[in-house]
Amino acid sequence: MTEAAPKKTPLYDEHIKRGAKMVPFAGWLMPVQYTSIVEEHRAVRNHVGMFDISHMGQLLPQGEGVREWLNAILTNNLQKLDVGTGQYTFLLHEGGGVIDDLIAYRTGEEKFLLVVNAARTAEDIKWLHHYIAPTVEVPSRTGAFGAVAIQGPRVVELFRALDVDLPPRNHIVDLTIGGMPVSVARTGYTGEDGVEVFFRATDAAKFWNLILATGERFEIKPCGLGARDTLRLEMCYPLNGSDLSPERNPIEAGLGFFVDLAKPKFIGREVLLKVKEEGPREKLVPFRMKEKGPPPRPHYAVFAGESRIGEVTSGTLSPSLNWGIGMAYIDAGHAKIGAEIEIEIRGQKFPATIEKKPLYKKQSLPPGTAAATTPI
Amino acid sequence: MNIPEDLLYTESHEWIRREGDNVRVGITDHAQSELTDVVYVELPKVDRQVNAKEAVAVVESVKAASDIYAPVKGTVVEANKALEADPGLINREPYGQGWIFVLKIDNGDELKQLKDAAAYKQQISQA
Repeated sequence: MTEAAPKKTPLYDEHIKRGAKMVPFAGWLMPVQYTSIVEEHRAVRNHVGMFDISHMGQLLPQGEGVREWLNAILTNNLQKLDVGTGQYTFLLHEGGGVIDDLIAYRTGEEKFLLVVNAARTAEDIKWLHHYIAPTVEVPSRTGAFGAVAIQGPRVVELFRALDVDLPPRNHIVDLTIGGMPVSVARTGYTGEDGVEVFFRATDAAKFWNLILATGERFEIKPCGLGARDTLRLEMCYPLNGSDLSPERNPIEAGLGFFVDLAKPKFIGREVLLKVKEEGPREKLVPFRMKEKGPPPRPHYAVFAGESRIGEVTSGTLSPSLNWGIGMAYIDAGHAKIGAEIEIEIRGQKFPATIEKKPLYKKQSLPPGTAAATTPI
Repeated sequence: MNIPEDLLYTESHEWIRREGDNVRVGITDHAQSELTDVVYVELPKVDRQVNAKEAVAVVESVKAASDIYAPVKGTVVEANKALEADPGLINREPYGQGWIFVLKIDNGDELKQLKDAAAYKQQISQA
């Protein structure tokens, strides 16, 4: 198999203009940072930041009976989903392992928008077509559409300056902003209030620059994948490919909330019922280092005394806490909040404590924002 | 990108300043910019004997950990303790207060293997 050259999102030229450091990510050339990961991280926690998420797949399942069809594939319950709302859910294989984690928006009676991970888009499409029903089709608008995430406590003010009232949390609406038809969803991956906006690729640069110009007085910053990763890790949101994989199921990842085992059918259900009944062998736990020291990194070994009990899947120095944090899969018997573990870093063991999620909690939410973040 | 004329350089992006029988070592402006925000530095122990191209320190950014190599054979005589409290010195003053360690060198001739500013500039412009 030959590696194709990385694709450019419709915002590529804007990133270059602003001096972003570009890296290949999941087949796309993406900005990892513009000025500094820590600065961009803080902009999102304190003001507002904007991320290009045009690399993410946008699939549009539609047709007669599409809700029932999709509900027999994905883990969360789509019967609970009204038109104009979205939910976090999983696509599993028959063995219960994670193909992808995604957000399913119900955009019409018989129409959905699935926003999926860039690295999994092709696999998702293959999987959905493998199970396709005669009355259903799943076109992809990936590439033809772009998207940004605009996240931070000042996002409501910013959109008010554009005469736009945001939809409630997890809702999606079609709007016209600056003459451009867009879909605005009150969702995100940072733990802050925020939206994800979808638009035609041909409008991408215009929309991006409109938001940056309007956001200037709210101290907006364009943000890269670096800050996206530190922000999501402080909230313990999983990253597919690191914390989730085809070898891991949502129950051991601590995400059983998004799996409705009471549904009669979804791919992987039988295996998950068994995992639920017997208890998972390993669990994904958030942890915090006990001392100031080197930050934990993926693949570092986790110990309890002399025995190796697992491996770190995500780790960094938290810019909000200025402290080493991470997530690790460890033997379920050791997975207790408050328990002490050790992380092996370059041959030396450093103590850490298993914590409750999220690893970072906002002291107080500004007035007018939703009361809680997605309960992952 | 700042590449002072009076320093020597390695392919692995360390800079070297000759100070009598010693050399002071840090990472270049280009390296700090590539690594992004430095959040932790693991310093070598004083009196440790090291070979050329041996990993002697670790610089960690938000993103990843990177090894820092000894440019030549020698003995560590000083490590920059200020980096323990303020690792961001490496980003702010890569050629000044952000130095990492000082090596007493065994053989001054080894320095001839290192790059001058022009050669280092050429290396990073090709990358």
